[in-house]
Amino acid sequence: MPSPTVPPAVHPGPSAAISEVPDALGRFGRYGGRYVPETLSAALEQLQAAYEDARADPAFAAELDQLLSAFVGRPTPLLFARRLTEYAGGAQIWFKREDLSHTGAHKINNTLGQGLLAIRMGKKRIIAETGAGQHGVATATACARFGLDCVVYMGSEDIRRQEPNVRSMRMMGAEVRPVESGSRTLRDAINEAMRDWMGSVETTHYIIGSVVGPHPFPRIVRDFQSVIGQETLLACRRDIGRLPDCVVACVGGGSNAAGMFYPLVDHASIRLVGVEAGGRSAKPGDHAASLSFGQPGILHGSLSYVLQDADGQTSDVHSVSAGLDYPGVGPEHSYWHDAGRVEYTSVTDEEALETFDLVARREGILPALETSHALAWAVKEASRRPANETIVVCLSGRGDKDAAEIARLRALQGAD
Amino acid sequence: MSRDDQPLAAVFASLAARGQKAVAPFITAGDPDLETTLQVIEALDRAGAAVCELGVPYSDPIADGPVIQASYTRALAAGFTLEGLFATVKQATSKVTMPILTMVSYSIIYRRGIDRFVADAVACGLAGMVVPDLPLEESDQLDTAARASGLALVRLVTPTTPAGRAEEIARRSTGFLYCVSVAGVTGARSELPDGLVERVAWLRTKTDVPVLVGFGVSTPQQVASVTAVADGAIVGSALVRRIGELAASGGKTAITAGVTQYVSELVTAARFHPHDRRDHTPGN
Ligand SMILES: Cc1ncc(COP(=O)(O)O)c(C=O)c1O
Repeated sequence: MPSPTVPPAVHPGPSAAISEVPDALGRFGRYGGRYVPETLSAALEQLQAAYEDARADPAFAAELDQLLSAFVGRPTPLLFARRLTEYAGGAQIWFKREDLSHTGAHKINNTLGQGLLAIRMGKKRIIAETGAGQHGVATATACARFGLDCVVYMGSEDIRRQEPNVRSMRMMGAEVRPVESGSRTLRDAINEAMRDWMGSVETTHYIIGSVVGPHPFPRIVRDFQSVIGQETLLACRRDIGRLPDCVVACVGGGSNAAGMFYPLVDHASIRLVGVEAGGRSAKPGDHAASLSFGQPGILHGSLSYVLQDADGQTSDVHSVSAGLDYPGVGPEHSYWHDAGRVEYTSVTDEEALETFDLVARREGILPALETSHALAWAVKEASRRPANETIVVCLSGRGDKDAAEIARLRALQGAD
Repeated sequence: MSRDDQPLAAVFASLAARGQKAVAPFITAGDPDLETTLQVIEALDRAGAAVCELGVPYSDPIADGPVIQASYTRALAAGFTLEGLFATVKQATSKVTMPILTMVSYSIIYRRGIDRFVADAVACGLAGMVVPDLPLEESDQLDTAARASGLALVRLVTPTTPAGRAEEIARRSTGFLYCVSVAGVTGARSELPDGLVERVAWLRTKTDVPVLVGFGVSTPQQVASVTAVADGAIVGSALVRRIGELAASGGKTAITAGVTQYVSELVTAARFHPHDRRDHTPGN
């Protein structure tokens, strides 16, 4: 519900209600809501109020805009991927270059916004979870910039496979706390961050890293990430001369996709595609494709598609990409899924790894393994579409963090 | 008091008549296995526990500290299922009169289906449920189903709950009201927080149902000081830890013996004291 003083980012027409979510209880259709221990209720109310207040304050927007421009380097460019397009031999492939953002991924858009909210609420300690480490780095960066204390929870398996990001976080003064419970990945890191927050909620703000969690997080993160889609609309009109035919993004929790799609959902002509982690196979436990294979359930405070067993126990998941290795997804994606507005599909570990190599060699860009999932789908699809069509890929982040893990996997394969 | 919470109301009335406050132990269902859980429930009943809270293992318990988390992980690894839970409760309720409540994540209730979960709970003889991740705003559906079936829906008030909201929660809680002593996850703590006594006394003026205090309560001394003002104390992590340690070292008879001794001490500590601050018994 846009506040009366600040116009919404997009101006939905009379028949374009798909963007008019969430409602006052944080519902995206039937999804979303706030399923949390009572201890957290007051802090979520406070966050909601602080966010409404900030939205009505032009000084907040001005400060954030200034940071996005001078600190992050926005707007990020839209690049025609000439040699990848030639390779696919069909539709034109364009990259929205979130990898060029300061810290190398879209995550910084959210952490700066939420960092400013924390300051408005008088909270001086920040906690966060991270999977790929990009959100952890972006949070550590915002905290260094703003002078806030920072603790990042990260599964020990992810600490191993995303080592360069762990080093960056520590260099910027963040404390990285390894999480040893469960599968030692993103889901367990969120559990641990929530537990910290249960005991620290009066002095601490939890900067959640995706469009997941209890209301108002899914909405706040979407709004802070919507700069991606807004810039994409402008750049397409300017550089391509029209709206794109198709826009694709990878979906872990779903924040780069939500930020890209939200400003576009009311443009009915644009085909929107979210790509989940298909992992090793379609068998339970072998992938992390909640929308493709899950059903509605509650995880981490909201109702959305989730991978769980018949008793409601969360399933183990797998992806080569730490940032997509999550058994849930943001509630707005579930809403778009059921409404048929966004198509969701999946790409396997192997396809993502092959596409990483392809894009490195043909475009001179190392994409994140998360992003490589969206790229893999885009290359396949471009080959089936005519040359006068355009596909925009949200190039959510750069892949330096993955280089060592990819080399290790290749060596293992070579040894087979 | 409404008809819904009769088993619980009867327990609290009879405790009051005997000059006794309630000791409500929490145990994890299926840790180390459901057979042992059944024996522990019987031991709790014999030791004089007023109500048993049976924790339903969940893979992602964000309100729980390390002790209860670890017990959930053990129970799930040992093959815990909801079918097993309901079968065990059914056996237990045929043997003991002590009411049994489940402490269960809404994720689990939602997945099974609210009406189906409530029907299963009624069929096995559960007296009600505590749903730690279901705040007021999301609770209408379960509340309606529980009321229609005579199950108590015990609600929680925490130190971060604003006064007006606490009053509404207190008003809508059935069976009893769960006053969480600290802002934080479950787990034994050496000190009970300042202001707890005043908070409980205030809450008792806002509801007709008994007020029980939980989170961080573990020793007989803590039980005595909590029950000087509250209608009872909930003891969880300390008992779960004991069961875990005894299961690892001594085996099943050691578990029931250890539980009986510990809970008996807590029950003794929860006797009505002459200097009790209470001026009325619930329901008066
Ligand atoms: C580069 C990049 N892309 C995508 C993701 C997935 O997150 P989300 O789906 O919230 O965009 C991550 C998460 O760590 C990431 O680092």
